[in-house]
Amino acid sequence: MELQITIFGQLTDITGSSSIRMSAVSNTDDLLAALKQQYPALGTAKFVVAVDKKIIQENTEITANSSIALLPPFSGG
Amino acid sequence: MQQTDTIQERYHRQVLLKEFGEQGQQRLAEAKVLVLGAGGLGCPALLYLAAAGVGTLGIVDFDTVSMSNLHRQVLYGTEDIGQLKVLVAERKLKAINPEINIITYPVKLDNALCLELFASYDIILDGTDNFATRYMVNDACVLLQKPLVYGAVSRFEGQVTVFAADDTAVNYRDLFPQPPLEGEVLNCAEAGVLGVLPGIIGSMQANEVIKLITGMGEVLKNQLYTYHALYNQHMILQLSVVEENRKAIPKNEEEFLNMNYEWLCGIGVEEMEIEQEQFEELMEKGELTVIDVREAGELPAISFVEHVKMPLSGLKEQLEKIDGETVVFICQSGKRSLQAAKLLAAINTRINIYSLKGGVLHWKSKIS
Repeated sequence: MELQITIFGQLTDITGSSSIRMSAVSNTDDLLAALKQQYPALGTAKFVVAVDKKIIQENTEITANSSIALLPPFSGG
Repeated sequence: MQQTDTIQERYHRQVLLKEFGEQGQQRLAEAKVLVLGAGGLGCPALLYLAAAGVGTLGIVDFDTVSMSNLHRQVLYGTEDIGQLKVLVAERKLKAINPEINIITYPVKLDNALCLELFASYDIILDGTDNFATRYMVNDACVLLQKPLVYGAVSRFEGQVTVFAADDTAVNYRDLFPQPPLEGEVLNCAEAGVLGVLPGIIGSMQANEVIKLITGMGEVLKNQLYTYHALYNQHMILQLSVVEENRKAIPKNEEEFLNMNYEWLCGIGVEEMEIEQEQFEELMEKGELTVIDVREAGELPAISFVEHVKMPLSGLKEQLEKIDGETVVFICQSGKRSLQAAKLLAAINTRINIYSLKGGVLHWKSKIS
């Protein structure tokens, strides 16, 4: 099973695409560890994670059907 | 009588809407909205708020019109280059709707001004262009319990949300708890922005303001709307209050005035690092508090200056106790002491704060 992850903003400079796929994991901590291993620059980037259209701040369970998004802050006005 | 007829005719098409009606128009006429930044987001927001008949519009912007603004800042034309944005905006908005009151503030927003200005407005619209100002504006709105209509753009993507003014409402720190540091996220001048994008996002902010004032429909309270102009993709994400994030917000006006939001966002921190020579000069002058932020038991011990120990691991809880005119942080190599300096600088603008470059190790190597 694979997870589909939507990437927002300038984070696509790191991932190379606005939609990436990762092997399924059971929670967001594991997902972030895997993402940072594959894209080391994500380790220092600031962003928040959304699971099933909810912004989360703590480790959250995910299933194969979960929709995941990574959102960076932007300040442009 | 003739003026009343003109007003009725001007707003006829929106008063016609049963959700809006004469009551909606009356509420707009009585409302006071402060627009921060008359740039890409501020221009469309101001155009629609003025046209709709918002009674009082305040505009804060210290900048002048430049050529590179014109592709997206649609209140300005080529002939306005070099003029103060707020004055050009006032002239154009008055031409669109002479019935409304426009107040211009051609100044750079700072902590004191936030408290002074926000108090006399009902709603604040954030169209600013940097993180330091956005965190400052957020904290001021939380403190003064003012609804904040937030919008931000980058390249082809925009975000809109409403930080409402009640205890169940999220604020910017619930969305992005950690301020990015200077240079970590590219701004529009570096990353680029499609001109029509702030037009869309700024118009959405105006729409949220109008809904807040009139009570029509639902606003994006505790919801972040994201939009991608290239693929017409949009998403509404649910936000929730995180108690932990509230702790970073100043608890009262005095604490707010002491906050340094530029340092919070890592601007100007390099000026805090001092060399051994500057440190020795400060020691000679006296009235110096030296703080060793290394953990207990770290060697070598500091013998060259009187100091107190506050390990970095527990520093956050002790920050408020630190006092004096000048404080110098010291650690092993100068890295942790700079972190400590940033932590203190973010909550205290009164103390002169320094970090010894190179730390204790560097010091020792010089005298041996």
